[in-house]
Amino acid sequence: MTDVLDPPVHLEHHDDGHEEHHGPTGILNWLTSTDHKVIGLSYTVTSVIMLVIGGLFAEIVRGQLASPNGNLVSLAQYNELFTMHGSVMIYLFAGPFAFGALANIIVPIQIGAPDMAFPRLNALSYWLYLGGSITMLSGFFTAGGAANFGWVGYAPLSNSLNSPGSGADLWIGGLLLTGFSAIFTGVNLAATIFYLRAPGMTMFRMPIFTWNMLVTAILILLAFPVLTAGLIMLYCDRHFGTHIYSVAGGGVPVLWQHIFWFWGHPEVYILALPFFGMVTEVIAVFSRKPVFGYKGMIFATLTIAALSLGVWAHHMFTTGVVLLPFFSIMSLLIAVPTGIKMFNWIGTMWRGQVWFSTSMLMALGFLFTFLIGGLTGIYLASPPLDFFTHDTYFVIAHFHSVVMALVFGAMAGLYYWGPKITGYLLNERIGKIQFWFLFIGTQVFTFPLYILGLQGMPRRMAVYPNDPQWKTLNDISTLGAVLIGVSTIFFVINVVVSWKKYPAGDNPWDAQTLEWFTTSPPPHHNFYRLPQIRSERPTWDHNHPDHLSLHHGEHDGVHQTEGSPQ
Amino acid sequence: MKVEAKILLGLGLFFGIMCAVYWNWSLENAGGVMMFAAMLLGFLPGGYYYWWSRRMKQRPEDNPQATQPQGAGVVGAFPGSSIFPFVMGMGAFFVVLALVFGIWLLVPGLGLVVWALLGGTGEGRRGGHH
Repeated sequence: MTDVLDPPVHLEHHDDGHEEHHGPTGILNWLTSTDHKVIGLSYTVTSVIMLVIGGLFAEIVRGQLASPNGNLVSLAQYNELFTMHGSVMIYLFAGPFAFGALANIIVPIQIGAPDMAFPRLNALSYWLYLGGSITMLSGFFTAGGAANFGWVGYAPLSNSLNSPGSGADLWIGGLLLTGFSAIFTGVNLAATIFYLRAPGMTMFRMPIFTWNMLVTAILILLAFPVLTAGLIMLYCDRHFGTHIYSVAGGGVPVLWQHIFWFWGHPEVYILALPFFGMVTEVIAVFSRKPVFGYKGMIFATLTIAALSLGVWAHHMFTTGVVLLPFFSIMSLLIAVPTGIKMFNWIGTMWRGQVWFSTSMLMALGFLFTFLIGGLTGIYLASPPLDFFTHDTYFVIAHFHSVVMALVFGAMAGLYYWGPKITGYLLNERIGKIQFWFLFIGTQVFTFPLYILGLQGMPRRMAVYPNDPQWKTLNDISTLGAVLIGVSTIFFVINVVVSWKKYPAGDNPWDAQTLEWFTTSPPPHHNFYRLPQIRSERPTWDHNHPDHLSLHHGEHDGVHQTEGSPQ
Repeated sequence: MKVEAKILLGLGLFFGIMCAVYWNWSLENAGGVMMFAAMLLGFLPGGYYYWWSRRMKQRPEDNPQATQPQGAGVVGAFPGSSIFPFVMGMGAFFVVLALVFGIWLLVPGLGLVVWALLGGTGEGRRGGHH
């Protein structure tokens, strides 16, 4: 294979193949750039700041619960803190980090595209997200405080009678802006993947991360408009005298729950699928093997996405007005494609040359933590068990096992793709210290909550009965939260210590997919040249011509690498 | 393009079946309507892609044997910088704040949105900044 490099791809009016960009610099670049990498970096910084803010709220909540009659914050402040902790983490960190930050930067490069399909729409998405974040958080500076009805905003608690004040309206307004931001990003991602792939990059040669982002984009387009409509109706109920969610005027409060969870459960997968994609890439690269069961992974992702839109009312089992068998069966079915993924991740590592880098450790942390979250989800899909544990700390524990797994996925992605984005590696030793604090902290934080939930401790309570066992379990959980906080400090230290210190080179991990073919960081419009694409591992094929994933003439099959080092 | 079409049509078909099962079994309207809408969101773009995929010649990105020169030439228009997304975003920000703090904020909000629409359209026609 000697002719893997073709002549340069021409972009627009440039005949030499090199895209020289003479745009603004500094803050003006930040304000005006439509380059997907700059926008993605803005998303990364903003969403990580949101992670820190949401984490601080969580630390205060755990501080309050460290004693049965804690007085760290008032009861009203506690309501605001747990509401905004959930809101910040779900709406302003996890989603935007996944599809705004890493997908924005990585997807176009993984498919050989010069940019996102609609660069200006992409920039608008970021500004809407930033505006929405500021709007939502600004509730803390209003007289009545921030929103305080839980991140789910249930009616009639969220109506103007029960939740007066600007904080609730700012929550609705912020969510509208970030919702539109997500919809525009979904359109952009789908259009980019459908229309801007490089020659030879067929759909079944796309990296798993890109596949997952495509499915995520489709889910966003199916789910987010429903939430937007629901929020507009909620605002109308609060200010324009409508009674859509109010019994008094002939409305139906449980309609909000239907609308919210029709968005809310797919949202769990909108958050999770990108991180599934990240760890798939990381596990394959650091096991020195192709992804095991490539097509199986894709169909599992599509199946999860389809099923996720038919399970919303498992959050509403206790309302007594939903079809229990339908939603229970559908929820349990999701375990099948998720199990296929888990099997394939293990299969990818099986007999591989596993390199326990920080990124790989984070991916393994994801697997372990997500497994616990997933298995306890099966409990909750069963109505009799759900009746028993609904609104207890068992649900909190399950949910936090899932979302903390996503934090592991995010860190795996940052350590893996950070060098491609910045051109510099992070310190591995500090990274591993961060991993162990995060891993131990996560398990110490969540495990006592499962027991507390089974013993009946209700969620969203600032004080609880002075029971010695509950006190001990809460203390252990608070200790876990502190360890997670310490891990975040190590991450910040790592960024500072490693700042422009360890040059990465173009492909420090000997990785497989197209983004590792270009420079670190990539140039404006991403590539000076592209290799031939004959498998889902074009960079590997180019760098290891003796160990091709596929022989010439073969295509679209799933083969273990012939002669690849084991 | 055929694979893209099949994915969307497949999702539409799945939601159609789910909609029929759910609506008939539960007799609950909200979920049925939402699943019906989800079915349309699969069928409409999926049908469009399928219609086109039968009429267009194979694209280089759909050809497993394509070489890079087959994709050379003008890929698309990718402006390197523009102030108008920021202006539009700030306009939307003020419009939302108007819902909370007073209708007067619609003046700067809608002003910025209109400025961004006109400016962005003009910039697009001129080819934008690279």
